[in-house]
Amino acid sequence: MKTLFSRLAKHAVVAVLGASVLVGGAFAAEEDGGTPHYPLQKPREQSWSFGGPFGHFDKGQLQRGLKVYTEVCAACHSMNLLSYRNLEDLGYTTDQIKNYAAEYEVTDGPNEDGEMFERPARPTDRFKGPYANDKEAAAANNGALPPDFSLLAKARAPERGFPTFIFDVFTAYAENGPDYIYSLLTGYQEAPEGKEVGEGLSYNPYFIAGTALAMAPPLSDDLVDYDDGTPQTVDQYAKDVSAFMMWAAEPGLPQRKQQGFIVLLFLAVFAGLLYFTKKKVWSDVAH
Amino acid sequence: MSGHSTYNPTSGFGKFMDKRLPLARLVHDSFVSYPVPRNLNAFYTFGAILMIMLVSQIITGVVIAMHYTADAGIAFESVQLLRRDVSYGGLLQNWHAVGASMFFVAVYVHIFRGLYYGSYKEPREVLWILGVIIYLLMMATAFMGYVLPWGQMSYWGAQVITSFFSAIPLVGETIREYLLGGYSVGNATLNRFFSLHYLLPFMIAGIVILHVWTLHVTGQTNPTGVEVKSKQDVLPFTPYATIKDAFFVVLFMMVMCYFVFFLPDYLGHADNYIPADPLKTPAHIVPEWYFLPFYAILRAIDFNIVVPFTEIVLIDSKLGGVLAMFGAIVVLFFVPWLDTSDVRSTNYRPMYKIFFWLFVINSIFLGYLGSRPAEGIWIPLMKASTFWYFFHFLVIMPALGFFEKPLARPASITDAVLAKASNSGASQIEGTAAEPNTKG
Amino acid sequence: MSEHTHDDATRRDFLYIATGAAGAVAVAGIAWPLVSQMGPNAREQAAGAPVEIDVSEIEAGQLITVIWRGAPYFVRKLTEVEIKAADDAQQSEFRDFQPANERIAAAEGATPQWAIVAANCTHLGCVPTKVDTGLNGWVCPCHGSIFDVTGRVIKGPAPINLPLPPFVFASEDTLIIGTDQA
Repeated sequence: MKTLFSRLAKHAVVAVLGASVLVGGAFAAEEDGGTPHYPLQKPREQSWSFGGPFGHFDKGQLQRGLKVYTEVCAACHSMNLLSYRNLEDLGYTTDQIKNYAAEYEVTDGPNEDGEMFERPARPTDRFKGPYANDKEAAAANNGALPPDFSLLAKARAPERGFPTFIFDVFTAYAENGPDYIYSLLTGYQEAPEGKEVGEGLSYNPYFIAGTALAMAPPLSDDLVDYDDGTPQTVDQYAKDVSAFMMWAAEPGLPQRKQQGFIVLLFLAVFAGLLYFTKKKVWSDVAH
Repeated sequence: MSGHSTYNPTSGFGKFMDKRLPLARLVHDSFVSYPVPRNLNAFYTFGAILMIMLVSQIITGVVIAMHYTADAGIAFESVQLLRRDVSYGGLLQNWHAVGASMFFVAVYVHIFRGLYYGSYKEPREVLWILGVIIYLLMMATAFMGYVLPWGQMSYWGAQVITSFFSAIPLVGETIREYLLGGYSVGNATLNRFFSLHYLLPFMIAGIVILHVWTLHVTGQTNPTGVEVKSKQDVLPFTPYATIKDAFFVVLFMMVMCYFVFFLPDYLGHADNYIPADPLKTPAHIVPEWYFLPFYAILRAIDFNIVVPFTEIVLIDSKLGGVLAMFGAIVVLFFVPWLDTSDVRSTNYRPMYKIFFWLFVINSIFLGYLGSRPAEGIWIPLMKASTFWYFFHFLVIMPALGFFEKPLARPASITDAVLAKASNSGASQIEGTAAEPNTKG
Repeated sequence: MSEHTHDDATRRDFLYIATGAAGAVAVAGIAWPLVSQMGPNAREQAAGAPVEIDVSEIEAGQLITVIWRGAPYFVRKLTEVEIKAADDAQQSEFRDFQPANERIAAAEGATPQWAIVAANCTHLGCVPTKVDTGLNGWVCPCHGSIFDVTGRVIKGPAPINLPLPPFVFASEDTLIIGTDQA
């Protein structure tokens, strides 16, 4: 069996080398022209507390992110899939969540008279969005629908390209979404000479679907007050809100990684035991 | 393999049942005393791995169906409810989604193993064909399952794949409407896909039983390609194969768990986290990775096939692409007769070995091409790679049988094992020549 | 030699038992999430939180039905006549006797006059209909069980009284069903 493996390994190496030569050639050919591919610039990779096998959320950062979302982003972006009760993950108490929710009015009903009525939101209610529906949201924003935040950190993943996407398997890189959001928020710049930017659009080379997007730069220094002494810069805001959006997209991320660590550890032991058992069972036959 | 049963019930109940429903005897004969060649390598454990994957997909599928709602309005949300609010819901959903990918990883290894060791050759043609049918059913199941979360890729994948059928002349559009249950992909489509996605795995399970039955009639191949000749060539399935299968199943599970827990989205597509929108097509519609080679073949045909020297279109590019794609699968059915060599194992076929690995590389490359946009340099590469795919099956396979000079093959499995043992200087040659000790 | 094989056998047994035990752990580990997912999910749990009811506008003799965790509960304000009838009733009239004062509640300092009971008949779960003829408070339309105004069963087939949910009065006018802690 050992020899078979080594022989196969040799073949596999040849195969991979062959494939990379072919693909590499193809890439070189592609760069010569053709249609442009977005984003123009790859997201800048940041270090995130939730990256890696022991990743966890930084509650302070999530709370700051919530503040940025509430005071800035929520003016246009909904977060339909989350309920106020989910804020428990951020370290808030039940009463704090009740108070936060109560600042929003939601429609309930019909009451006994058959009429809909407004009441303060409860923790079990979904986050109230800024618009009644997508059509209204688009109409209020020159036809560009501000995307919902619930899953955005998972729904935006610029292509990693060959061979990076192979390395990503071994580094367990899964922070493409927050890297992208961070890069986009901090990546607004003057359009280069000769680049036409459409009416109402802002040039941003990190944008995934073109050279410019309908969202004007949303952040500026000192826009949101942080009460924990964290620097009030665009860079910090962008980082915090990106982390917050990652949490919104997958609140169970830290538990998933913890479980994974335990499961893999167990399987390694189990595999070891099975290996020795197999050796023992097969010890009296040549194969 | 034939031979009389060694099952011997001892308990009163065992004897009672054996006369009425000899289920225990069936299990004993199939999974305990069933003889397997003693020289099987790790690649032969993928059958067991696939069995586990099928069971795991069915169990997790049944469970997440308890939380899923097949309604175009709330399907997307119900998946998120499962992931966010159901106890272990995220794990179960990731397991099912990653499991589909891993199922294909295992099936591809299994298929290439079969191709390498000539597992399709006489008398195992039916075994091979049943396997190809399972593969087809798996593709149908996986495709319909991918539609269920009702994200952007779900929706547009359904749009593209059902459009294949509209390529059929005259009746194509009608067939498509009947598949969709409407004039476009919609709620009716989602509901029938859910129904079929729930049904097909059980059909797969049924054919798997036939697949295993034929296997047990013909017996397994082995790396030498020499059929079993004596009792010395084989070992009882339990404990030898069971423990080996268990070990490799757990190794495979480790790889799977790595993806489930640390890279659950790696094998999927980010656009499927956006709810389906019939008005907005994603920039690149890409199927799941396991369909990519076929997607490349589909898009390689971008030209009409005309009657020579005229402009009469025989097959337009759309129908041509669909035919090529289905042809790529149909050709697998004929592999037992396309291969004209009477040497089973590629180990003893020096020329075919080179072409086999070229075919493997080409298949992987086709997969990569499937993920590329159909533009620029990629189009000629897709054409070349598609050409090689068919050239391998339709020309190389039949032709090599006539030209190739195979290497000397061992007289029996035992001979091969002993030769290997003496080469590697093992000290237990004498012990091995004797009847293996089955007491474990 | 024999000692050696004995040692060998022990080691082998240990290996087999350890492997088998790990297999059992694996099976249990697989079963756990599969069973765990069957329970009420987080949204259901959150929605099942105690409900607050404003009872200030309920007149004596009136009844409202409150939904908690998807099931109906009767909140009935008793008249003085009803309370007297319930107090005076003989133990022999009931199938599952409980003193009336254990079934009539009120906020601290207020007169007890509330009957707060589950609205599903203890026979097979139908919702009884309100009546007020003498001692009778509810009649089940399905199989004819009769309950008094405090939900005590007078006539079968229901075997036991309508159970009391956990509840508490946060104030004289605010009833909370679903918890007995204010």
